[in-house]
Amino acid sequence: MGNADLTGLVGAAIGPGLDRAPTGISGLDQITGGGLPRGRVTLVAGSAGAGKTLLGLQFLVAGARDYGEPGVLLTFEESAAKVADNVRSLGFDLDGLQRDGLLAVLAFRVEPTEIVAAGEFDLEGLFLTLDDVIKRVGAKRVVLDTIEVLFGAFGADSIVRAELSRLTRWLEDRGVTAIVTGERGAGSITRHGIEEYVSDCVIVLDHRVREEISTRRLRVVKYRGSAHGTNEYPFFISARGFVVLPITSITLDYGAPEERVSTGIARLDHMLGGGIFRGSAVLVSGTGGTGKTSLGAHMVNAACGRGERVLWVLVEESPAQVLRNMRSIGLDLRPWTDAGLLHIWPARPSAFGLETHLALLVQLLDEVTPTVTVLDGIASFAHGVAAAEMTSMMARKMDLLKARGITILATALGEGDEASTLSVSSMVDTWLLLRNVESNGERNRLLFVMKSRGTAHSNQVREFVLTDHGAELVDVYVGAAGMLTGSARLAQQAAEREAQVRQADDLEHRRRELRRGISEHEAHFAAVQDQIAAERAELDRIGLRERHEAADTEADEVAMGKRRWADAVPSDGANR
Amino acid sequence: MTQPYGTNGAPGADADADEVWELCLYVTDRSPKCLQAIANLRRVCEEHLAGHYRIEVVDLLENPRLAADDQILAVPTVVRKLPHPIRTIVGDLSDTDRVLVGLQLRPLRSGAT
Repeated sequence: MGNADLTGLVGAAIGPGLDRAPTGISGLDQITGGGLPRGRVTLVAGSAGAGKTLLGLQFLVAGARDYGEPGVLLTFEESAAKVADNVRSLGFDLDGLQRDGLLAVLAFRVEPTEIVAAGEFDLEGLFLTLDDVIKRVGAKRVVLDTIEVLFGAFGADSIVRAELSRLTRWLEDRGVTAIVTGERGAGSITRHGIEEYVSDCVIVLDHRVREEISTRRLRVVKYRGSAHGTNEYPFFISARGFVVLPITSITLDYGAPEERVSTGIARLDHMLGGGIFRGSAVLVSGTGGTGKTSLGAHMVNAACGRGERVLWVLVEESPAQVLRNMRSIGLDLRPWTDAGLLHIWPARPSAFGLETHLALLVQLLDEVTPTVTVLDGIASFAHGVAAAEMTSMMARKMDLLKARGITILATALGEGDEASTLSVSSMVDTWLLLRNVESNGERNRLLFVMKSRGTAHSNQVREFVLTDHGAELVDVYVGAAGMLTGSARLAQQAAEREAQVRQADDLEHRRRELRRGISEHEAHFAAVQDQIAAERAELDRIGLRERHEAADTEADEVAMGKRRWADAVPSDGANR
Repeated sequence: MTQPYGTNGAPGADADADEVWELCLYVTDRSPKCLQAIANLRRVCEEHLAGHYRIEVVDLLENPRLAADDQILAVPTVVRKLPHPIRTIVGDLSDTDRVLVGLQLRPLRSGAT
């Protein structure tokens, strides 16, 4: 569906015009059409712990490290050392950047109880400090972290208000791109309404915890000079820092390789027209025990066999359990883990929230750099998670993986009509459904190809058979009696063989009958011919005797006439 | 107004202590607010701490880095470095009552001990 339209939308949302300073936060730069308005002040508002400071810091670090724009952090919240400590784990070396003269971190401790205001004042100390440090490092970026603490600090809010307004203009006059952070207020964007002075760009960060699962969201409330989307974009804080996931951009910029990769099951590849496209997503859904994990394991095995790196995310079983279970169907995956090609990540959904799960996934993707990822049991997250959140989580996950060109196989519990599975199925390129059928006191597995984008695929159902040498797809018997699987199929096949044998016997019998008939008839025919010959001979004999008798009679009459002295009689029979 | 200092139990405010109050006034050049602050501080000190105080006037324009080092945001600012603990008063010091409270030369309410 209209990917091109979506691209247009995102592109036009915040179009060209204003020059932008990239934040280095990829998702955010995407949403804002390239970054924060250059030479302007941006307000980042959010409650405590929403990630305001981190956003600001990442903006500075990216500027200093990647864009040749040194920066200044002025914090009113923590000591400079503490700030550096907090972000060291994210790989931000603030000390190093400061040593290189690319960054300056200054901390002002504001303790309202120790300050008394007695008359008119201004915040010239702040301006002088900023002016000095901006000149010292040649700063192009400035972050003032929670400047709002100045309210209440001096007991003279009207002065602070006027000074902050002056500060905004002052910063703009110096051409620096600045972020000021503010506490979220009730009924207004910030508690002290500083959005009144900072009006070029306003970003709101939100941190919600619902049913013990935390979700962080980012919204660009205002971006002067540009139309902007007011969507909320989920974000999370990974080990590499801030990650914003613009879900609406899903499937926008991915390449569409023509290369096919094997699922590890030859007949399945055949059904899908030669395998699945590299970088596409496959969903395998089915109820418990339909062989979803086994199918995934084949994909893992095939990929590792090609020498590719694989990340296998398990949420229901431990790696040892799965490796053991897969050996029972003839798949020994341990060599791949030993060779470092297969990385198994047991990620119990209950252990951490969706955000943390995503953050860890990003980290792993960076470390393992897989080309194939198998997500086993995605629907396990649905427990205790609203469907919408689940969907958005999956979308982000798919987005993360697809953006890296990773081929995905996800398994989900469910027959396919559950909302969670349905919503996920729309994100994937290929959907395989495994179903148990119960008949004659046994359960057998069937595999359906529900959809496969961009591929002529088989519409036939196959029986999915797990053998001790791997999974196989077998034609199901379709006949007057319906679809037969398992031993019913075997019985039917035996019956068919029997019928064939019986039919062959029948024919042989008939052939013999006929042959016998023919030879009987031939014998009969010979006898009849004999008889005909005999009768013909008899006939000849009769004729001969007739002629002899006639001659005898004539001779007798002549003799008698001679004896009676009879006149000569004409020979033409006028003896009457 | 001219209540003698040191009678309210303010720390270090004993009339004949050898102790010298060290006050540091941060200003920016000769702006009207700063000039006023200097004058107001001198007046208060003369009235309450005659002979027991020392005022250092620091012009931040001459050494801007001191603002960050000494944690000075507002100008003018008076910092009482001695006696301990450090006290900070911002403004042109035109509100004498607030100045006395800030310097702990007088409790918040007269009559309190």
